[in-house]
Amino acid sequence: MPRLTADRHHRVRFTLNGRPVEGDAEPRMLLTDFLRHVLGQTGTHVGCEHGVCGACTVEIDGAPARACLMLAVQADGMTLRTVEGLAPEPGRLSVLQDAFRRHHALQCGFCTPGILMSLDIYLRGHASPTEAEVRDFLSGHLCRCTGYVPVVAAALDAAAKLREAAGDA
Amino acid sequence: MKPARFDYVRAETLAEAHAVLASEGGDAIVIAGGQSLVPLLSMRMARPGVLVDIMHVADLGGIVIKDDAIRVGATVRQAQLLAWPELAAHQPLLALALPFIGHAQTRARGTVCGSAALADPSAEIPLALVALGGEIELSAAAGKRQLAAKEFFNGLMSTSRNDDELIEAVHFPRTRPGDGYAFIEFARRHGDFAIVACAAMADAQGVRLAVGGVADFPTARDFGPLDGAALDEAIEDFAFDLEARDDLHANAAYRRELVRQLGRKTIDEARRCRV
Amino acid sequence: MTASGGGWLGQSIERVEDANLLTGRGRYIDDLAVRTGTLHAAILRSPHAHARIRSIDVAAARTAPGVGAVLTGAEVTALSSSLAVGVRAPIQSWPIAVDRVRYVGEPIAVVVATDRYLAEDALELIEVEYEPLPALVDPRDALASTELFLHDGLKSNVASDRSFRYGDPEAAFAKAARKISVSIHYPRNSCTPIETYGVVAEYDANEDAYDVLANFMGPFTMHPVMARSLKVPGNRFRLRTPPDSGGSFGVKQGVFPYIVLMALAARVAGKPVKWVEDRLEHLAASVSATNRMTTLDAAVESDGRVVALAWDQVEDVGAHIRAPEPATLYRMQGNLTGAYAIRHVAVRNRVVLTNKTPTGLNRGFGGPQVYYALERLMQRVAVELNLDPLEVIRRNLVPAGAFPYRTATGGLLDSGNYQQAVDTAVQDGGLAELQARRDQARAEGRLYGIGLTAAVEPSVSNMGYVTAVLTPEERRKAGPKNGAQATATIAVDPSGSVTVHIASAPQGQGHRTVAAQIVADALGLKPSDVRVVTDLDTARDAWSIASGNYSSRFAAAVGGAVHLAAMQIKGKLARGAAAQLNVPTDEIEFANGKIGAKGNPDNAIAFGRLAAASHWSPGVVPDGAQALRETVFWSPPQLEAPGDLDETNSSLCHGFIFDFCGVEVDRVTGALRIDKYVTMHDCGTILHPGMVAGQVTGGFAHALGAAVYEEFAYAPDGAFLSGTFADYLLPTTMEVPAPVILHMESPSPFTPLGAKGVGEGNCMSTPVCIANAVADALGLDAIDLPLTPGKLAQFTHPKEQES
Repeated sequence: MPRLTADRHHRVRFTLNGRPVEGDAEPRMLLTDFLRHVLGQTGTHVGCEHGVCGACTVEIDGAPARACLMLAVQADGMTLRTVEGLAPEPGRLSVLQDAFRRHHALQCGFCTPGILMSLDIYLRGHASPTEAEVRDFLSGHLCRCTGYVPVVAAALDAAAKLREAAGDA
Repeated sequence: MKPARFDYVRAETLAEAHAVLASEGGDAIVIAGGQSLVPLLSMRMARPGVLVDIMHVADLGGIVIKDDAIRVGATVRQAQLLAWPELAAHQPLLALALPFIGHAQTRARGTVCGSAALADPSAEIPLALVALGGEIELSAAAGKRQLAAKEFFNGLMSTSRNDDELIEAVHFPRTRPGDGYAFIEFARRHGDFAIVACAAMADAQGVRLAVGGVADFPTARDFGPLDGAALDEAIEDFAFDLEARDDLHANAAYRRELVRQLGRKTIDEARRCRV
Repeated sequence: MTASGGGWLGQSIERVEDANLLTGRGRYIDDLAVRTGTLHAAILRSPHAHARIRSIDVAAARTAPGVGAVLTGAEVTALSSSLAVGVRAPIQSWPIAVDRVRYVGEPIAVVVATDRYLAEDALELIEVEYEPLPALVDPRDALASTELFLHDGLKSNVASDRSFRYGDPEAAFAKAARKISVSIHYPRNSCTPIETYGVVAEYDANEDAYDVLANFMGPFTMHPVMARSLKVPGNRFRLRTPPDSGGSFGVKQGVFPYIVLMALAARVAGKPVKWVEDRLEHLAASVSATNRMTTLDAAVESDGRVVALAWDQVEDVGAHIRAPEPATLYRMQGNLTGAYAIRHVAVRNRVVLTNKTPTGLNRGFGGPQVYYALERLMQRVAVELNLDPLEVIRRNLVPAGAFPYRTATGGLLDSGNYQQAVDTAVQDGGLAELQARRDQARAEGRLYGIGLTAAVEPSVSNMGYVTAVLTPEERRKAGPKNGAQATATIAVDPSGSVTVHIASAPQGQGHRTVAAQIVADALGLKPSDVRVVTDLDTARDAWSIASGNYSSRFAAAVGGAVHLAAMQIKGKLARGAAAQLNVPTDEIEFANGKIGAKGNPDNAIAFGRLAAASHWSPGVVPDGAQALRETVFWSPPQLEAPGDLDETNSSLCHGFIFDFCGVEVDRVTGALRIDKYVTMHDCGTILHPGMVAGQVTGGFAHALGAAVYEEFAYAPDGAFLSGTFADYLLPTTMEVPAPVILHMESPSPFTPLGAKGVGEGNCMSTPVCIANAVADALGLDAIDLPLTPGKLAQFTHPKEQES
């Protein structure tokens, strides 16, 4: 790969929510800014820009990642999912999203996209988590509104619903 | 809070990465998982001329079982090592310590070697390397060398890596029959850098305690077969020799007392695990 | 679940806000499109706590790539005037440093450029020459200083010093069996919403008018303050809020100086300017709760009854008195006696300036500071008199039959039955079991303690309470300030559907959902039939100074106004229906989407059809019954201006809280574990139980953070030590346990729906409840927050021998 020079914009391409996307970025541009302000995907939020709050968590190649801890150019060629890709269709919510709504697991909703992305990935690999496991896993996300109680409840409820659905299938 | 400008090279071969480091040395920074580097870039506390992304170098990955050690390549993420099914069988201390690194979301991207390169005095991987007597495999265009962990970590966030070198792998010694291990960490919150972290390894000859979070870099001391009050006295000396400092979260005396109490507890646990 | 009216209120229906927020389709300020050509701002901030600015050289920055303008104090003072200061003192308050920096993080220059990256590049080219001055960080040093003053107009660092006397405190102290005292240093912290500040500003030179979009949460008393600073009348300062906001907890009141600053930047640049605060800016320089030094004395009878209190409060507001400060100090003036019937109170309130970030609204706002002192004191009364702490609380509570109860300091406690709430909590929360756990733990040599707290939770602030900082004479000159105008507008469109607008500037609390429930109940509709709009535009919408999202005023005041507006629409529709259906107006009922005659389901008309009539056929609608759009302004008469004796009814509603908890301290690490936390709330009528639970658990988490983890810490030289989220520690899922939440409902007689605020109570009750438990566990006379392991370990670790 050629050297991407500092003062130029370079083409960055990756797969986002199942579709190829591209845009131009300086090497220094953060993935959060690229998603939000170049691609216009504003569902991924910026809370701290130093990797602590978790609001910007997205899925990269199947694993959770803080989008503020990545440069756009690092994501070139990768496969990303963001909160915009979670719902099965417009006007319908995923099992996890619906559990959040029923449990009032969000108030301002600013940290929520990151939490949803983390949990969406986690529940794919952990069908029957305990409350302690969910709490451990979610400790990488800061929420100021809920006190976490309904978030944990929604995660456990979603896991149960997903198990039921898998059992029915 | 946006990075200053830098060039970006996505190296596809080790030679490519070495070439940039050889020509630009201190002005180049290797980026792997980026979990500690990117915030430093965003705060403009790190200002490289060029970033060398090594995550796409094919032969830098892999967890390999060698005769006496586990070799963890530069692109192995912390989560990957933690999820490795044979981890506890080959090195129980890592299985105990790795869950304390940050959070699942940062372990998913942070690399094992990257944590060694950063050399945070409170971090678990440098502590495990020092506790186990691990080694760091450095390479440059000019050649390779392998350094003992206690020579590699040489100051606060400082290592003996030369500007033209990158960490190609780290080597964690494998457990031997009859070894016992224990790990105890105390932090303000789950997932925070340790205020005090203790790793102990016991074998037939004796016991070693390594402590992170207190001195400028993780530090180990062998206590041989000492036990009882004699061991407490030796730990007391160790606690003072670490030259703990005050910071926002804990003062030096507090850290020393944690070294005394948690250190002793860790040693006792490691010894129990031998049986 | 209790239901009232048409049955929607009282139900935890799903929130109308959530689907968009869960799918990434929220509309927060940084998500909204801006005009082409909008420039992006970055701010150069002071690295010094206190220094004179000798010179600022911005020449290189002005010509840097992409830069549109650079602003310093010189431009700002030329184009605007100082923000109003809430005390009578010769001091100014600018949104940027003028000649002098007074805290780490104070803005020094603003660069606007084509993007934020370039703006930050240009910041690095600005050269500032400082002459460092000694920093006054500890309020005691600031009080004592006779030569070094933060503001030259003052010949001290005390911006206000007022004493109050209610009842006959001197006589009560002279007569009482005992005097028991506590001294408290309440630390600094902040509620740090996950979304930071954002402003998009534009200036129209032809009309000399500013148009600003900001995630400002009110109170809109700041609107005239900002307009005056920008030197335009209110109608030339249009302030808008985005549809969604990522949390506030008071903090987003503090964006207002940046609104002024960015408005001026847009004026200088000649282009729209957008600024999104980053987290480092937010922690260092957005806003902090006040730190406060309090000495509280009680005159106590031997049975534990407190007959008088003497408060000496020194409030540290940081480097500037930023409006509405010193409101933190006066918000609790009416309930300085807490939940207790104490008839004699002396107060001395001082406001001191130090080299720290200016303070402002934060969840609890004055409550945490007051209750920490008051409830530590109640525990000390029990300990010193060898009484059961629960018994001391019970002996002092306001009697059950005494409501509405006028407190010694002028507050009017609206309703409640504190004894019943305490009894229920003790029973249902399992205090006896918890005591058994404590005994068991202690028998095993563990450090276990129980803490208790009783508190009244004020809500719906009187817009005039802060004038208690003025003398009665000064108040007379300035003219009375009082009340709390809440507003709601309900419109019926030509299709007969209903739209509600409220000026409550929600920050995630679900106001759209509850407003829809209220209107649905009033008009016999489903909440999904009602759409609620909450973004606010001062040029178009109904609003007043009390508008906004603070003092837990939504359910009580705004919800009430919505109900009243719905009842006005209903009354008019009923008259129209009566004419059409040929029945008397009082026999018209609204149910199931129909308006009809009571008891005769066949004689009814669809709501939408009748509601649309005023648009399509106004001629057939009876005179005065045209139901098109109703706006209600509602201000409770109980919120009078402070009186000639400084009696101050600072808030309209007063909920009651009784908390207890069991905690254990680890001898080795000093770590604190909450074993069980029980919190009983009486917040009047509950409109949406799920949201009330959310307010309680969320407030509890904030309070736990303040009690144990969070502190804005400063070095002796004024350096800021809590500058990142790795230093300022927010509790996570691993630290916050689920509290046991209990309720009883004593409807407020002063609010249309009987509701009271509930959002801030745990921030007032929980920190001291935990501290009381720790004091019990460790046998401490005095303990200040935060209860860090390092601090607690001082009491559990053996004394170190020098090696």
